[in-house]
Amino acid sequence: MSGYILRRLIYGVFVLIGVNVLTFALFFFVNTPDDMARAQLGAKRVTPEAVEKWKLERGYHKPLFLNDKVSGFERVTETVFYDKSVKLFAFQFGESDQGRNIGYDISTRMWPSLAVQLPAFLIGLLVYISFALLMAFFRATVLDFWGVVLCVLMMSISTLFYIIGGQFIFGKLWNLVPISGYNGGFDAIKFLALPVLIGVISGIGGNARWYRTIFLEEINKDYVRTARAKGLSEARVLFRHVLQNAMIPILTGVVVVIPLLFMGALITESFFGIPGLGSYTIDAIGQQDFAIVRVMVFLGSVLYVIGLILTDLSYTLVDPRVRFS
Amino acid sequence: MSTKPLLRVRDLRTQIHGDGPPVRAVDGVSFDIAAGETFALVGESGCGKSMTALSLMRLLPDAATITGGVVELDGQNLLVLPESQMRDVRGRRVAMIFQEPGLSLNPVMTIGAQIAESVSRHTALSGAAVDARVIELLDAVRMPDAARRVNEYPFQLSGGMKQRVMIAMALACDPALLIADEPTTALDVTVQAQVLELLRDLQRSHGMAMLLITHDLGVVAQMAQQVAVMYAGEIIETGPVQTFFKGPAHPYSRKLFDSLPERAGRNRMLAAIPGAVPPLHRLFTGCRFAERCDRVLPHCAGTLPAWHVVGDEHEARCHLYAEVAAQTAPGAESTADQGAQIAARRAQDEGSGALLQVKDLQVYFPIRKGLLQRVSGHVRAVDGVTLDIFPGRTLGLVGESGCGKTTVGKGLLRLVAPTGGQVLLGGADFLALDRKALRARRRDVQIIFQDPYASLNPRVRIGDALEEGLLALGVGAGAADRQQRIDALLTEVGLSPDIKGRYPHEFSGGQRQRIAIARALSVEPQLIVCDEPTSALDVSVQAQILNLLKRLQREKGLAYLFISHNMSVIDYMADEVAVMYLGRIVEQGSVDDVLRAPRHPYTQSLLAAVPAADPQAARPVLRLAGDLPSPVNPPSGCHFHPRCAVAVTHCASVYPDAQRLSATHVARCHLCKQD
Amino acid sequence: MTLFPFRFELLWTDALVWLLVAAIAGYAAYASARPHLRAPWSRVSRSASGIAAAVILATFVLAGLLDSVHYRPLLPPQDGKLAYATEVRSLLDRVLEPLRVKREKTYSAPLATHLYAKETLQLPDGREVREFPRLRHGGAHLKDPAADRAGDIALRGFRGLAVALLLWFTAAVALGAAVAQRSGIGIDAAWNDIWRGRTAVPWRAALGALAVLAVIAGPVVALAPHYHVFGTDKVGQDVLYQALKSIRTGMVIGTLATLVMLPFALVLGVMAGYFKGRVDDMIQYLYTTLSSIPGVLLIAAAVLMMQVYIENHAALFPTTEIRADVRLIALCVILGVTSWTGLCRLLRGETLKLRELEYIQAAHAFGVSHWRVMMRHVMPNVMHIVMIALVMDFSGLVLAEAVLSYVGVGVDPSMISFGTMINSARLEMAREPMVWWSLAAAFVFMLALVLAANIFADAVRDAFDPRLVRAGAAA
Repeated sequence: MSGYILRRLIYGVFVLIGVNVLTFALFFFVNTPDDMARAQLGAKRVTPEAVEKWKLERGYHKPLFLNDKVSGFERVTETVFYDKSVKLFAFQFGESDQGRNIGYDISTRMWPSLAVQLPAFLIGLLVYISFALLMAFFRATVLDFWGVVLCVLMMSISTLFYIIGGQFIFGKLWNLVPISGYNGGFDAIKFLALPVLIGVISGIGGNARWYRTIFLEEINKDYVRTARAKGLSEARVLFRHVLQNAMIPILTGVVVVIPLLFMGALITESFFGIPGLGSYTIDAIGQQDFAIVRVMVFLGSVLYVIGLILTDLSYTLVDPRVRFS
Repeated sequence: MSTKPLLRVRDLRTQIHGDGPPVRAVDGVSFDIAAGETFALVGESGCGKSMTALSLMRLLPDAATITGGVVELDGQNLLVLPESQMRDVRGRRVAMIFQEPGLSLNPVMTIGAQIAESVSRHTALSGAAVDARVIELLDAVRMPDAARRVNEYPFQLSGGMKQRVMIAMALACDPALLIADEPTTALDVTVQAQVLELLRDLQRSHGMAMLLITHDLGVVAQMAQQVAVMYAGEIIETGPVQTFFKGPAHPYSRKLFDSLPERAGRNRMLAAIPGAVPPLHRLFTGCRFAERCDRVLPHCAGTLPAWHVVGDEHEARCHLYAEVAAQTAPGAESTADQGAQIAARRAQDEGSGALLQVKDLQVYFPIRKGLLQRVSGHVRAVDGVTLDIFPGRTLGLVGESGCGKTTVGKGLLRLVAPTGGQVLLGGADFLALDRKALRARRRDVQIIFQDPYASLNPRVRIGDALEEGLLALGVGAGAADRQQRIDALLTEVGLSPDIKGRYPHEFSGGQRQRIAIARALSVEPQLIVCDEPTSALDVSVQAQILNLLKRLQREKGLAYLFISHNMSVIDYMADEVAVMYLGRIVEQGSVDDVLRAPRHPYTQSLLAAVPAADPQAARPVLRLAGDLPSPVNPPSGCHFHPRCAVAVTHCASVYPDAQRLSATHVARCHLCKQD
Repeated sequence: MTLFPFRFELLWTDALVWLLVAAIAGYAAYASARPHLRAPWSRVSRSASGIAAAVILATFVLAGLLDSVHYRPLLPPQDGKLAYATEVRSLLDRVLEPLRVKREKTYSAPLATHLYAKETLQLPDGREVREFPRLRHGGAHLKDPAADRAGDIALRGFRGLAVALLLWFTAAVALGAAVAQRSGIGIDAAWNDIWRGRTAVPWRAALGALAVLAVIAGPVVALAPHYHVFGTDKVGQDVLYQALKSIRTGMVIGTLATLVMLPFALVLGVMAGYFKGRVDDMIQYLYTTLSSIPGVLLIAAAVLMMQVYIENHAALFPTTEIRADVRLIALCVILGVTSWTGLCRLLRGETLKLRELEYIQAAHAFGVSHWRVMMRHVMPNVMHIVMIALVMDFSGLVLAEAVLSYVGVGVDPSMISFGTMINSARLEMAREPMVWWSLAAAFVFMLALVLAANIFADAVRDAFDPRLVRAGAAA
């Protein structure tokens, strides 16, 4: 088992190297640093000197892979690739194109993100599974039918409308919570309540329907018939037998996103003015700050790889077939 | 049956609703089961026997509903009970076990917990008393090391062990009636024998009644007191096992018996039932079997037959007995006429050189482990197999599932890459050929598979499927010639050339298997590997296919490598037989040597485990304990010694050499030496 | 070349859209001759919800296709020279000409006759007052808006409704006659069957959907030339026009992105499953790597790079339309390249199962080449998964467009889309009183499109493979 996890870890490192090379190619081959400088400076201010200055300030003046001007080990280290890509593995994120310390920004901004995402994730999971179980319990009845109709309707509405509608109703019409903003400490609750609620509601349609499909798939299996043949009640069959087996496919989709909760939600954070990593990313995109986008891509991949390993580990908890092999 | 029956079923009707009109899967079924008695419900697939069982338990799938009838258990009609009361019946008074033990247990729950659930549902026991009862039950089903096994999960058990767990679960509350739905169909014959014996013993000691659902007349003969034959949703014949096996009355039942290979004798054609079971959404105005019956009377198709008494408590639903009742039961027409020819031809080919020689064939599958996925061991699926196949003759390769017999077939065709050995075909080593040379040689050896549904691509027309081999191997001159060949092939296997433009889904299993045979024949091979070609088919269809294969062999001088787990089919088809165990051949020789005078203890127990379709036959004595060991770590010495009843000490240390017992008979057993 | 008073302009997306239409037509012709290909589609046609959704979708598709025929009109001759307008129009623009050209100054509410903001107006006598000025076009025909507006709207709406219902009735009668002729029964009996839902194809559902469409569209069509039914936006453009134009953008993204993704997923997925071993390892590594990057971030990064490229190579894109169009294509390509991993994984799994099947083994026993086995035995048997993926992904992509455009990595800001509509309208939520109609229009149109697509996708999925579970959490 530990050998397996170790192997997955090493595979994860290879994946991250792949991501790194891919992002580097995307950011430095499609456009040269000169192109980026010109785009950032704007058409009016482009002069060769301004471009050089822009590059020098941000460390893009070095050669991409090999520096012929220096010798020894520095031939490799005094390059853009080393500075901007290799150092990411040491979590040295460097400075943004605006000159801010990215590592510091991330370490302060990930907590508000988590404060929104974690409750939304946990409450959401509980709500979706309960809703799906309810539909599976009343399968092939009117209740199930309208449940599915509601799900399809809800998943056809863009997240943007959930947020706008939520802000309008709870913030503006009923004045229950502030429309946007954030504050530390216990004060945060009044700012977080609405984003969490909307996060949960906007996911109901897709997730509850998906889980329902998983439950129905399990309900048609032979072991469920065996359980019924024992004289067990439908509720016990559902909770004792079906739920436990259905957790395996559910976990596949769920555990992998847990680390990514740190990354925040782009849209929610920007609408509610929560100073998390999501709005950080959106701002970076808006300002065309390539350094931050690069770092976020890498960070996202790191968290995803961690998620994959967590998924593997979680199987051992619910699936004895994995645990004992 | 003067006493009141335990279970009384009257006019039970169950429909399945789908896209089209409802399918009457169970259409007016009535029978009684007395307390303590075993009642067998026999029939081919799709006849409604499983639906009947599920209807009794009210465990039907969502699409099916019971539309009428009465099911009385001790005088109480189960069909009108509210669901909550029905739950009290299930598991306590009526218990059920299913066909697929592998799928019927919850994979993420320990077996102990699953049995305990049954115990605590219906009894007042709790805590340690439940645990004790679970172990008691596992002991009762002869689960070795029960106290430890309670904490294991289903995937850690073999198929036979899982079925024991199912039985333990069913016995938890001493039910009055046990419904066993094909309880041993998914198991190997040696394990089947163990499970059947267990069921028989338990039934006797618990005094419970059993409704045994099966397609296997051998199992019926071994187990039941009463039998009912189902066809197309209704029971067509019922009676005590003794009289039924002595003289089956309904033409359908007779055909079932006549299509058994072991009944016919190897030199006769098997009786086959033409056509297919009529679709069950149809409303029947006459006998359901009329259109396939060889003794059909003019009014059979128009008038529903009534029950006629044909013997002591023996009844059949057939018009024949309205008139002929008093006369002697009509005798089956002999199919022996071709027998002489077949026997004559058998002698011919003796002595000619081998068509294909397999020498020390090995197929290993690597097991990768550790950080770098190094190969840490091998699954030795085939571990040094040597065979000679002669032109125009059939070599039967027999063994239990997992013994590697299918891998031999695929390995010699290079459908899986062999690890070592030689396959000599026409002087050249088939395994050493390069891609181009291999392709040229592929004409000589073809293969037919087990699953008729998977062996034809659902997206390719029949004609195109048959043309594929011709095109790939460049057989035939031009498109017109290819089409002519295809027409001839289809005619040859008993199908109309008109079907070329149709798709596989329009054909039944038997027809598909014919098409697959035609496809193999298309490139005019000398040898066909038949990989369990009839295992997925009902006996009456099996008979058609076996007859066809025999005829083709006779006409074309084909050689077959006939792979099967079914001893009676092997007995019927093969000239030579090789018995495989854990990747190696333990005994081989002529069919008479191996099947009539087996010398290896494994062959002996394999033969003994086959239930004979004759209630008079002696019950098998030499039983095989335990399961097939893993081919990753085969036991030391003789692979068979841990299960062998007669093993001596050095069996555990030395693998036995081949012992030549006669000119044709070879066995690998230390005990066969002195002969 | 002055034969026509216009010149066709084939934008890249137009070409791809029509290519897609041709491909679908070709597939339909091919499938109609093959019962196993026809069977699932006839199952779709028997699903009541599926057929109703198809009617709604068809309406959207029609609008989208009309909007995919572009041309440049001939300008009135100047100095005796003929010239075509630099602005590219579409057939839909032509149909919606009155909506497009009737611009107001700024916001106006739905069906309003006055602007939404007070302005300083100069009266004929020279005095200046601050009041809501009359709209230039909306309700301009009314003498006394305060008194006449409600009556006029009711009258026109009612007339539109009546005409629409008449058309619907005609369609229904024609359908009844067609059904009657097809099944050889009387018209009365045919009508009875349709009404009771006893026809094989649930025509009742189709007619129902058509009726809903007629009831909504009739009054809107009747009112649109005289009023701004959904109001106007900040620059005074008709919101209904914008909503209708957004359909094409959503549709193009929903279909072309999948089209881009398809070859990657199909080729790599089938190859990985078929060859196993090293090839499989490589492909698995590739899609694990790609899917490890959070989707939005990867898209954002790629779109940012594309923006920089376009800015630096402005010379390559002569007009706004062409630039917007290229950006749209690039967005589709980026969405496609970043989203093939899911389908690829599914196809790999299915191929792994298929390659062990006996008909493929039989083909190997004949020495049939790998290429041929894949084309003939594997591809056709994974097509149902591809088909399901195609229809299931559509709605997700339409929704994704809105989010991406909001983030600023979606379509060109000059291109009308649901995302740009929401983005520009969102800021007006804070106004007092609120400007809500742009959002409402985007909401209604998007919901109708996505809901219809989802329902249709469900029908297709059920028909093609009832048991396929798809982890389809939309972005």
